[in-house]
Amino acid sequence: MALIGKPKIKSIPYEEFKDNESLEKMIDELNAHGTNVIVTTADKLINWGRSNSLWPMNFGTSCCAIELMAMGAARFDMARFGFEVTRTSPRQADLILVCGTITYKMAPVLKRLYDQMADPKYVIAIGGCTISGGPFTKSYHVLMGVDKILPVDVYVPGCPPRPEAFYYGMMQLQRKMKIENFFGTVNHKDKDLHKTEAKALEKKIINQEEQA
Amino acid sequence: MTLDIQTIEPSALHAEMLRLRQEKKMDFLVNLIGMDWGEEGLGVIYMLESTETGETLTIKTATTDRQTPYIDSVSDIWQIANIYEREVYDFYGIRFLNHPDMRRIFLREDWVGYPLRKDDKTAEENPLRMTDEPLSDTTTEYYRDADGTIKEKKNVVWGPDEYVVNVGPQHPSTHGVLHMRASLDGETVKKIGLVLGYIHRGIEKISESLTYPQMLALTDRLDYFSAMQNRHALCMCIEKAIGLEVSPRVQYIRTIMDELQRIASHCIYYACMTMDTGALTAFFYTFREREELCKIFEDNFGGRLIMNYNTIGGVMYDIQPDFAKRVKEFSKHLRARFHEYQDIYTGNVIAEQRMKGVGCISNADAISLGITGPAGRASGWHNDVRKRHPYALYDQLKFREIVREEGDTNARHWNRMDEMLESLNIVDQLIDNIPAGDIQTKRKPIVKLPEGDYYQAVESSRGEFGVFIESKGDKSPYRVHYRSSSLPLANAMDTATRGQKFADLIAIGASMDFVIPDIDR
Repeated sequence: MALIGKPKIKSIPYEEFKDNESLEKMIDELNAHGTNVIVTTADKLINWGRSNSLWPMNFGTSCCAIELMAMGAARFDMARFGFEVTRTSPRQADLILVCGTITYKMAPVLKRLYDQMADPKYVIAIGGCTISGGPFTKSYHVLMGVDKILPVDVYVPGCPPRPEAFYYGMMQLQRKMKIENFFGTVNHKDKDLHKTEAKALEKKIINQEEQA
Repeated sequence: MTLDIQTIEPSALHAEMLRLRQEKKMDFLVNLIGMDWGEEGLGVIYMLESTETGETLTIKTATTDRQTPYIDSVSDIWQIANIYEREVYDFYGIRFLNHPDMRRIFLREDWVGYPLRKDDKTAEENPLRMTDEPLSDTTTEYYRDADGTIKEKKNVVWGPDEYVVNVGPQHPSTHGVLHMRASLDGETVKKIGLVLGYIHRGIEKISESLTYPQMLALTDRLDYFSAMQNRHALCMCIEKAIGLEVSPRVQYIRTIMDELQRIASHCIYYACMTMDTGALTAFFYTFREREELCKIFEDNFGGRLIMNYNTIGGVMYDIQPDFAKRVKEFSKHLRARFHEYQDIYTGNVIAEQRMKGVGCISNADAISLGITGPAGRASGWHNDVRKRHPYALYDQLKFREIVREEGDTNARHWNRMDEMLESLNIVDQLIDNIPAGDIQTKRKPIVKLPEGDYYQAVESSRGEFGVFIESKGDKSPYRVHYRSSSLPLANAMDTATRGQKFADLIAIGASMDFVIPDIDR
């Protein structure tokens, strides 16, 4: 058995790491010799993975939930986009699909479910009712838009929206996720009113304790 | 039909109702409708029907006391009255004497006021409350003691030693947002209590401020699997009230669409039933067939789920030239698929054991609980509205009313499967001879119903769906009430699951096939 010599690894000067041109040149060289190399940023890699394996929580209260069921079935098949792992537990979900009218009695329940989800989390408001109350704007018991209690990322209008519209909405969310910075500032969190409220409350309590 | 209402004094109500039940065999309480007549006071309309003679009777009673209105309860005569009276208490604040459980049912327990009263100011008094919903374990019963004064006593619904498990409101197998509180003894269910109203949208109240053509859109959103039939009921009710005739072409189209809708609904029933009992593959089978139907629906009127098709005096669009051809193709396609459903699900010994002899409801209970539709017919009750009070073209058609005697989950399941075939038979009878004609009868742009009370029932996918309208001659109704076909089904869960295993609760619930927005309205 012939001994395989240790490959000689040339160290790359530090400046060249920051220089895209020399990196690209190196990749071209490697690719030309049949080595598969891709260079990307960690953010892009993570966002690519996250956006293509979204686990939605199906929070269906009325009509729109049936179109969600149709999406799961063969003709529309949401597995094509990586959405098929619908969860019914908020602990395992990345995003919540609010399908259907939210009433005053349901609002605290929905809020609690949203709070139980792990970060980073997203909300898609599906159908006229969740966007603005839809045909029930005159009602005494309907929440006029789910954005009154949750930070909504994507709105999908329709009564109910067609499955294609669902996909468009969910792909818009994918696009949104792809430009996020996973490390460092996450632009999504900033608009979470609930979080800023909670932080303000925490600060207030700490201040009070300090004063005492 | 126009209702002929008899008035009875509240003091004589209970004795008279008991007499009607026993002597005239009025054993089916179709409807119990709360009313606010302003100066005449608050009252209730009872719609009764005899299952033996088919005779119907409508009775009303009213009390002028608006502060503390009391009316005798009839929940000891008809079981379904229990939940109907709680609904009336919730919306109108009428307290029923000797009713064992006077709690709110749709609205939160800390809700102020009674929203369906004409003088109620709900908007100011009831802001959005984000606190946890209070659920009391005790309830109040009002009764009249020997010397005629009204007293109240506390009843315990959920004892301190009871082991109560909450199913819902967010639970995948309750088919929506139903909240059931189940008291358990080990694995056996002792009692079920319903907490409703998580999707209560106040459709009846909204309708009072809309004109008749505007009202139509909301019926589709009640029971979205029966969108066609619901709207058919409302359109027929209005047409009959204003004396509008629709053309034979419209009658044909409406009847065909109702039956196609029923097939689509039962397809979803099968998918949900199999999914709830753990057979996920079977879910895809009927959804495949439903999509074929949806394609026909899409091409003819744009909607897949909510059609918005019927109008007062006709239908929105004419059918496409290839409609008949495609429906015939579909009929052939579906008939060849039934053996697959049998192979993959009902032929399986596991499915059989989970369905046979589980969740039995006796014939007497089914009538007393007002369970109509395929679920009621599984208990041997001939309750098909298409036979009892024929409408559209059903009196000219040959079809079988599917009835089984067992009353268990299996019977309810097979009733629906057989109904799909029967619906196909109805469609096949009609599809070749749709007559030519107008799709819309000319009418005045503003629809005003003459003063009176009107009721029209149809056989929706899950039972009798009825529309009650009281008109004062204006362009909007004074009071609208929808007889929900799903509310009695959900209410029957208590009777059906007592003494059964907790896991079977899911299968029984699936076989009932209730739709929550129809319950809550």
